[in-house]
Amino acid sequence: MKYLHFLVLCVILFSCKQNKKTSVSFIKDEKFQKELQEKFILLEDGGTIELPEGNYILSKALSIEGKKNITIKGRGTDKTILSFLGQTEGAEGINVTNCSNITVENFTIQDAKGDNIKLKGCTDVIIRNMNSTWTTGADSANGNYGYYPVECKNVLIEKSEVSYCADAGVYVGQSYNVTVRNVTAHHNVCGIEIENCINVDVYDNLSYNNTGGFVIYDLPGIPMKNGKNCRVYNNIARENNFKNFAKPGSYVSDIPPGSGIIIMAYDSVEVFNNTFENNKTLGCCAVSYYATGRPFTDSIYTPYCTSIFIHNNTFKRKALLVPDLSSDLGKLILAMSKGPADIIYDHNYNKAMSNPDGTLQQQYKSCFRNNGDIKFFNLNAYKSPVIENVLKTYDKDLKTFDCSLSNIIGDSN
Amino acid sequence: MKKLSVILFLICVSSLIIFNQCKISNGKVTLDVNAKPFEKLSEYNFFKGTLKDLIPNDRVLPYDLITALFSDYAHKARFVWMPEGTSAKYEKDEVLGFPVGTVLIKNFFYENDETNASKGRKIMETRLLVKRADKWDALDYVWNDEQSEAKLNIVGDSKKVDFINAHGKNMHIDYSVPNKNQCKNCHNLNNVQMPIGPKVRYLNKDFKYADGTKNQLDKWAEIGYLTGYKKEDNFTNKIADAFDEKSGTLEARAKSYLEVNCAHCHRKEGSANTSGLFLLLSEKNPESWGIMKSPVAAGAASGDNLYDIVPGKPDESILVYRMTENDPEIRMPELGRSVQHSEAVELIRKWVAEMK
Repeated sequence: MKYLHFLVLCVILFSCKQNKKTSVSFIKDEKFQKELQEKFILLEDGGTIELPEGNYILSKALSIEGKKNITIKGRGTDKTILSFLGQTEGAEGINVTNCSNITVENFTIQDAKGDNIKLKGCTDVIIRNMNSTWTTGADSANGNYGYYPVECKNVLIEKSEVSYCADAGVYVGQSYNVTVRNVTAHHNVCGIEIENCINVDVYDNLSYNNTGGFVIYDLPGIPMKNGKNCRVYNNIARENNFKNFAKPGSYVSDIPPGSGIIIMAYDSVEVFNNTFENNKTLGCCAVSYYATGRPFTDSIYTPYCTSIFIHNNTFKRKALLVPDLSSDLGKLILAMSKGPADIIYDHNYNKAMSNPDGTLQQQYKSCFRNNGDIKFFNLNAYKSPVIENVLKTYDKDLKTFDCSLSNIIGDSN
Repeated sequence: MKKLSVILFLICVSSLIIFNQCKISNGKVTLDVNAKPFEKLSEYNFFKGTLKDLIPNDRVLPYDLITALFSDYAHKARFVWMPEGTSAKYEKDEVLGFPVGTVLIKNFFYENDETNASKGRKIMETRLLVKRADKWDALDYVWNDEQSEAKLNIVGDSKKVDFINAHGKNMHIDYSVPNKNQCKNCHNLNNVQMPIGPKVRYLNKDFKYADGTKNQLDKWAEIGYLTGYKKEDNFTNKIADAFDEKSGTLEARAKSYLEVNCAHCHRKEGSANTSGLFLLLSEKNPESWGIMKSPVAAGAASGDNLYDIVPGKPDESILVYRMTENDPEIRMPELGRSVQHSEAVELIRKWVAEMK
C-alpha cells in the first residue's frame, strides 16, 4: 500500500513535469494541421475558430476565403503559438481573402516563409492582441510582413506587437479607412508602413530599434495609388538605428538606419504630438518618389509630397549621434547638419504645380511649426533634383513654412 | 444458426459483387447541380469501363490546350461535359460562356517512365469545376494507391511521386493536392471562382479524336457544345505553343507561357493585382509586363534585384529569379510548383537576354 502511494505521487510528479515541458516545446502534428485547415475551410459565416492553448508547428499556410462575420482567436499571445518554421507550402502563415467582418486576436504567429498574416480584399478587419515575429533574429531571409492587409476597407490593428520582419512589421497597402494604434514594433526593417492608402490614422504606437520607425509611401504602377489623408500622432519613434537587413531591391532596403518617419509622394499627411528620440539619421523626412532613383512610367501617378503638416512634435537627441553613412541621404545629412536632421523636406514639384513666378501653389503647400528648436533642411529640389546639387540648393529657413493646414483627415470611421 | 450466417455471408458477398459492378457500369453521366457532391469520382459516370483508364463516357469530350499551366511536370487529361441540350456561348477573349451543369474534368497523372509508356501511369487527382446556378464550384478527388477510386478531398494533401522523365532522368516530386481555398487562389476573376483554360485562343488547335483529327472548336461546334462561334473571326485568335519553335517568335512563345502560367493571378482582376505586374497578352504597357518595374511587396523574394525584368539581363530580373527558385517564399507560381520548370526558365531567360 505504501508503495502505491509512492507510485501515485511519482505519476503526479511525472505528469506535472510533462505538462510543463509541453508548454515550452513545439508540437508538430500532421493531424492537427489537417484538422485546423479543415476548420478554416468549413467555417460558416458567423463562426469562430478557437485555437487551442499550445505551441504548434505548421508546415502549410492556413487559408480562409469568402466568409462573413468570423473570428480567429487564441488563448493569449503567450499561450497559443502557431509557428511556421520550416514551412513547405504557401508563403503566408494565415491567408485571408475576400472576407468581411473578420477579427484575428489573442495569439502569437511566427516564422512564416513570407508574411505571417495576409488579408486581401477584406472589409471590416480587426487584428488585436496579437504578436507576430520571426525567431530567427534579424535575417534577410525572414518573412516580409507581420500584419499585411492589402486592398481592404476599414482596417483596425491594435494592441499588438511585431518584430524581426525583413520588410515592415505592420504593412497596410492599397486600403481605405485604416487605423493602427497601440502597436509596438521593434527590430523590423520598417516598424509601421502605410502604402498607397486613403484615410489613415496611426497613433499611440511605439516603434523602436527598427531601421525606420514609420514609413508613409505612395508608389507608382499599382492599382490603387495617389495615397492621401494620413494622420500620424501621439507615437514614439525611438532609437530606430537598427541595421537594414532587407534584401536589396525592396523599397525599404533604401531606408537609412536611424530614421524616425519617412513620408514619400503622399498627399495630406499630418504628423503631430509625436516624440522622435535618438534616431541617428533623421527624425522626419518628406520626399518625392524621385528620391528612390527608380524610373516609372505611370502617367496618373503623382510622385511629389503635397500638403504635409508637421507640428507640435518633440525631437530629442543625445549629443554625438552620427548619421548612417552607408546611404546617400545619410551622407548628405551629415554634410548639412554635422549630425542628425530633425525635419527634411525636399520641396520638389513640377511646373504644373507652380505659380507663374515658379513658387509652389498654395494648395500643395506644406507647413512645419511648433516643433521646438530643430535642425530643419529644405532641399529645394525643385531647383535641381540631382542629389549632388542639393548641397548648393538647400537652406534652413523654417519661416516660409510657418503655417498650418486645417483640413487633413484620417480614418473617417 | 450456421445456415443463417452462411446465407448472410452470401448476401454480403453478392452485394459486394453488385456494388463493384456498379463501379464499372456504363450508366449515363450523373450530375445534379443542386445536390451535394458525390464522395467518389466513379459515381458521376464520367468514364466507362475501368475508372483508371479514363475512357470518356458519351458526351464527355476530351480537350487539350495549346500551352498549358505547369504543375510539377504532371500530365493532364482534360474533359468537358455539358448537360443534354445545352452549349457554351462563344466569347472571344475570356472563358467560354458555359451553361449551368457544365463539368470541366482535369485528371493529373504521372507516367512512371516517360520514355516508355508501357510502364503505366499514376493518377494523382481529378479536379472538377462544376457550373452551378450561381457559381463555379471546385471539387477535388484524390486517387487511392490502388488506382481503383478517387475520393472527395477538401483539405488538401501531400504525396510523393517518383518517375523517369523524357530525358531518362529520375525525378522526385513532393506533390501537393490543393485545399478548397487554394483552388480559388488561381481560379479567381474579381473574387469569383472561374475556369482558366477553356478560352478560344487556348483551344484553337487540332486534337486527335477517336474518330479522327479535328480543330477542337470545330468539334465543339459540331457536337453542339459551342454556339455563336465564327471560325473566320478566329484564324489568328490563338496563342503560340511556348515549346514549339515553329509556333511563333521567341517573344510570342515567352508571353504565351507567362500568360498561361501567371496571368490568372497577374491581371487587374486577379489575385496578384496588388503587385501591378500584369502578364496578359493583351497588356501593352511594358512596365506592367515588368520591364524596369520595381516590385511592390516582393520583399526578400526580390533576390537582391531591383526590377522585375531588366532587358538583356536575366540574372538581374526578379521574374526569372522567382521562376528559378523553389523556396515557397520566393517561387512563382506560389501553388502547384515545387520544382523548377527548367524548359520554361530557359525560354524566359532567352527572351529576357535578347530583349533590348
